[in-house]
Amino acid sequence: MAVDAYRDGAQIALGRLASGDISLRLTGDWRLRSGLPTPASFQELLRSQDRLQRLVVDASGLHHWDSGLLAFLVGVREACRARNVDFDAGDLPAGARRLLTLATAVPERQGARRSSAAHGFLTLVGDETVKLWRSFGGMLEFLGQATESFGKLIVFRARFRRSDFVEVVYECGAAALPIVTLISFLVGLILAFVGAIQLQQFGAQIYVADLVGVAMAREMGALMTAIIMAGRTGAAFAAQLGTMQVNEEIDALSTFGLSPMEFLVLPRMLALILMMPLLCLYADFMGILGGAVVGVGMLGLSVTQYVNETIHGVGLVDFAVGIVKSSVFGVLVALSGCMRGIQSGRSASAVGQAATSAVVTAIVLIIVTDGFFAVLTNVLGI
Amino acid sequence: MSSASDQSPQTGDAETQAEAHISVRNLDMAYGDFLIQRDLNFTIRRGEIFIIMGGSGCGKSTLLKHLVGLMEPARGEVFYGSVDFWKASAVDQLRIKRQFGILYQSGALWSSMTLAENVGLPLGEFTDLEPAEIRRIASLKMALVGLAGFEDFYPSEISGGMRKRAGLARAMALDPDILFCDEPSAGLDPISSRLLDDLILQLRDSLGATIVIVTHELASIFAIADDSIFLDADTKTMIAHGDPRVLRDHSSDPKVRNFLLRGELGAQAATEVGGAAAG
Ligand SMILES: Nc1ncnc2c1ncn2[C@@H]1O[C@H](COP(=O)(O)OP(=O)(O)OP(=O)(O)O)[C@@H](O)[C@H]1O
Ligand SMILES: [Mg+2]
Repeated sequence: MAVDAYRDGAQIALGRLASGDISLRLTGDWRLRSGLPTPASFQELLRSQDRLQRLVVDASGLHHWDSGLLAFLVGVREACRARNVDFDAGDLPAGARRLLTLATAVPERQGARRSSAAHGFLTLVGDETVKLWRSFGGMLEFLGQATESFGKLIVFRARFRRSDFVEVVYECGAAALPIVTLISFLVGLILAFVGAIQLQQFGAQIYVADLVGVAMAREMGALMTAIIMAGRTGAAFAAQLGTMQVNEEIDALSTFGLSPMEFLVLPRMLALILMMPLLCLYADFMGILGGAVVGVGMLGLSVTQYVNETIHGVGLVDFAVGIVKSSVFGVLVALSGCMRGIQSGRSASAVGQAATSAVVTAIVLIIVTDGFFAVLTNVLGI
Repeated sequence: MSSASDQSPQTGDAETQAEAHISVRNLDMAYGDFLIQRDLNFTIRRGEIFIIMGGSGCGKSTLLKHLVGLMEPARGEVFYGSVDFWKASAVDQLRIKRQFGILYQSGALWSSMTLAENVGLPLGEFTDLEPAEIRRIASLKMALVGLAGFEDFYPSEISGGMRKRAGLARAMALDPDILFCDEPSAGLDPISSRLLDDLILQLRDSLGATIVIVTHELASIFAIADDSIFLDADTKTMIAHGDPRVLRDHSSDPKVRNFLLRGELGAQAATEVGGAAAG
């Protein structure tokens, strides 16, 4: 009957047996690597047969085979079942027959398969909106719990391990110094360069000291440390807590009646709130040092001149503004890192997402808050 | 007391009328819309060793999460004594939780702490013991599970079976009222697993703890179980309830008997199916 040739190896053909049944003749090499006919092509053949009762496999021409043959036969069997045709394994090699039995020994679990139907545009928009709303709710809940545990801290009833706290303090304090040094020194240097080009035109290069000092103290010191800490520590918090979530460590804490909020989030928040102002102050001085290098090395100012001008130009208020801001940024970085970590899903990729979104959330919050501070200080005339 | 489809004659009335410790009523469990099990009804009596059985993926770990208050039921109640856990106040929930010791399937040790710190943390938080005393007790608990000498190792530095045992030492730290174990003997050699069974029996006999165990280990089941339920993934509910020894010999459900006979019935069934396919 109809013979359908495929590539070199595996071929199928339908034939009629003496008994009147239809035979499915398999010939050639049936291996995954050499390419196989698809079950669809078989269905094509099957469609040409009407009043088909029984299909017998004829494997006399079969050479080598592997699981490719099985995959095909499982498809064939499905197709037969759909058309109410009896499937007879015929003279299939014993090994193939056993595996075929095994492949269907455990029936598919009802309801386990996920439907992958494409969703309409409106459904997607709706889903995303609901998700956004939920995540907003989750954020508020987390904020509430964090505030509650802070309250407990104030009345000395919060439980956490002092040694954890000390370790986090080290991690987000001393261990962050090298990167903060590098970045803020360079930022001071860059500010001085940009300022110098403009100010030199008026012979006012001495004011580079004021420019760098004020910019570092009020703005850049706090901002740069906050962004560094968001990338460094915020992401680390999210990854640590996310991994703990994956390993059920957080479940283990809460079933012991220990609040993960107090035990994990509080020491991290506290450490960042304490360390950020210190790091910010340190960054301020590093930036000013960077500015001085340009002032002294390139603009021909003396060290004394530069220092005097800085002392004269930058007030304590400027430092205070920066330090207050950096404490607030510390809270934001710690909150977003811990929140994304605690809310992380239970898989490796979810931990990755948690770390990413911790950084993004922190940076967005930092910039928005900084804008808010700019308006506020302007209105208050500080 | 139970609406299980398979009531063996011995269970229910013949057992001593011990006080109910945990009662599960009409419990449905689901992840979102994905139903895992429904209509679970059973009672765990004080001081008994209760086994949760069932094929892989049928929802045993999920049931345990419901029993320890980590997951809220989609429907139904979980009672401890006469207190409905999910209707209780936060303070009561905490009080109930503090009676638990839990061994997680993965061990769930706190990875930033040494084993001794893991075992000692609950002691430090909930007792007024001196640090040296805590350390001594932690060492004792670790010795009980055969981990003497590993006090200063971190969880990442020990094998999977050792993590399981360390998890058990931590679960026992506060001499819990109820000990929940998710596959305690998975990954242990036969001797350790036998020692573990002995340990669990000792715990029950000496401390009177109620013990709830998820396990596939038939030898353990027959050695220590007082009562058991069998969850089924296809019907999504419990299909047997009672003493596993009785279920093995007299259960009307071939699935349950097959499981308790290590699939011997199933092997026959499979060959029959194979024969049919071949013929
Ligand atoms: N976080 C989850 N979200 C959605 N479905 C889940 C989740 N965790 C488990 N499941 C589903 O719940 C079912 C039961 O899982 P569970 O871990 O309770 O099985 P189990 O009986 O403990 O199996 P095992 O003996 O292999 O440990 C599984 O079918 C699984 O697909
Ligand atoms: Mg499990």
